[in-house]
Amino acid sequence: MSRYSIFSLARNALNYHKDWERAWRSAELKSEYDAVIIGAGGHGLATAYYLAKEHNMTNIAVIEKGWLGGGNTGRNTTIIRSNYLQDSSIAIYELARSLYEDLSQDLNYNTMFSPRGVMMMCQTEHELRAFQRTAHANRLAGLDCRMIDRTEVKRLCPIINDSPDARYPILGAYYQPRGGTGRHDAVAWGYARGADERGVDIVQNCEVLGINVKNGKVTGIETSKGSIKTAKVAVVTAGHTSVVMEMAGVRMPVESVCLQALVSEPIKPVIDCVVMANTVHGYMSQSDKGELVIGGGADSYNNYSQRGAFASLEHTVTALVETFPIISRLRTLRLWGGIVDMTGDRSPIISKTDVQGLYVNCGWGTGGFKSIPGSGFVFADTIANDRPHPIAEPFGMNRFAEGRFIDESVSAAVAH
Amino acid sequence: MLVIKCPVCGVEGEEGDFHAGGQAHIARPASSNPENISDIEQSDYLFMRHNPKGLHFERWRCDRGCGKWFHAARDTVTLEFKGYYAINELPPVELMEQAKGYWAEHFASAIKSSKRPKS
Ligand SMILES: Cc1cc2nc3c(=O)[nH]c(=O)nc-3n(C[C@H](O)[C@H](O)[C@H](O)COP(=O)(O)OP(=O)(O)OC[C@H]3O[C@@H](n4cnc5c(N)ncnc54)[C@H](O)[C@@H]3O)c2cc1C
Ligand SMILES: [Zn+2]
Repeated sequence: MSRYSIFSLARNALNYHKDWERAWRSAELKSEYDAVIIGAGGHGLATAYYLAKEHNMTNIAVIEKGWLGGGNTGRNTTIIRSNYLQDSSIAIYELARSLYEDLSQDLNYNTMFSPRGVMMMCQTEHELRAFQRTAHANRLAGLDCRMIDRTEVKRLCPIINDSPDARYPILGAYYQPRGGTGRHDAVAWGYARGADERGVDIVQNCEVLGINVKNGKVTGIETSKGSIKTAKVAVVTAGHTSVVMEMAGVRMPVESVCLQALVSEPIKPVIDCVVMANTVHGYMSQSDKGELVIGGGADSYNNYSQRGAFASLEHTVTALVETFPIISRLRTLRLWGGIVDMTGDRSPIISKTDVQGLYVNCGWGTGGFKSIPGSGFVFADTIANDRPHPIAEPFGMNRFAEGRFIDESVSAAVAH
Repeated sequence: MLVIKCPVCGVEGEEGDFHAGGQAHIARPASSNPENISDIEQSDYLFMRHNPKGLHFERWRCDRGCGKWFHAARDTVTLEFKGYYAINELPPVELMEQAKGYWAEHFASAIKSSKRPKS
């Protein structure tokens, strides 16, 4: 695999870019692997990459029913932050955020991490106090975050409506200067290339149809391209977690709902940070192409169709027009939905299961783009050593029966 | 967009006119002595949900009409409503028979007893 660099770019420019190598092979399915990962989203691909890189497990495959990165990883609004409330969450999200800082160098692939700053608006007294509590928790954990006042909000984001007469006036914001955005496709592609380079087979357009379990142990899987023998199966299928886990007879405490987003027509740069307004249910940033990237809350009913309710988008846009009056005349360029898997405490599940050799990583719901590097890192370690990585341990599935919830519905009151 | 019809007052609307109440037919584990309920039973009651790709059974409320709760069977892929029934009832037998996976297990005994000849 040749490295990407200024020299390879110049060399290929002289050839009219006709000789670029493929970034990953189109692998043929083998009949046996040491481990199989189901789902080539960011989490599945990162898991494969770290299994190969950190644990020397290269006889592994990632099986994807569609195209890699075509699930939620290619549909999200790319907000990266780590200022969650609970210690276990801070540990995994900050591991991920810090890995994002050097990810382009590590992968030799430009993932365009842009720590442009994330502001979480405080628009009611209650919200202000709740974020002050989060700020204290985060400071104890050593995160670089701070509360800022209305004047600083306006300085960082001049297009925001800071009128005290607004329905929900800006009272301040909770600010993470090293939060920001990244390029979602590039994260999937970069991990895919890195895993492939180390020998991992990424098999696309191959649907997993069954998981074989004998005497409480995984023995293999059935796919649309044939059977595979393996002793380790890792399910990383986001909105389809319940469906795939049912193949192994394991029930999951998740529900699949649609989360939507939209972008405006491209305009000149008007906002160079991420603004999240949880009280009114909307958030916005601007892509490098100039589109305003807008998202809001998830729909309220189970859905596998990747088509959401118009009412949810309307609600989001209405709120943001009040927050950013200048966007009222913009037209919508595209809108789409993704099927996200929600847990009861709004925290993910990274877990072994009652079936020996079956692992699951899911429940990232509306907020798992930001966690891809950290999640892949600790999940790979969990699979390789057949015991939870210390950072993954609190996210075990048994927490629901044990009453150890990792309640993040406060700091994630809106999709993110 | 969903097209929903209230079986109580008959109004038709979309999801903004109704309130989604989540999975139907969740029974709270009952006992005169709460200690008899295991942690697993209690957490299943609170957090474990049927999440089928296909036919699902749910509770809905007629928010902008009569305000009443009712039951509905809906396909989570096509988003089509397949039938409605009262809030204190089980689904009609033909809908229970179409259920798959955990829902099929859920309704198995109800289907059996509905088939028993009435004496
Ligand atoms: C509109 C929207 C906005 C979002 N915004 C943000 C944000 O700003 N910040 C943030 O941090 N997060 C955000 N998220 C959440 C984030 O996108 C997800 O948490 C994350 O991408 C999940 O990654 P994944 O790899 O687990 O899942 P996915 O990327 O969905 O990958 C799962 C893969 O499994 C495959 N699969 C399923 N079933 C099978 C099968 N039977 N056989 C083979 N393959 C199968 C699917 O095809 C899919 O490719 C957003 C999500 C949406 C929908
Ligand atoms: Zn009604």
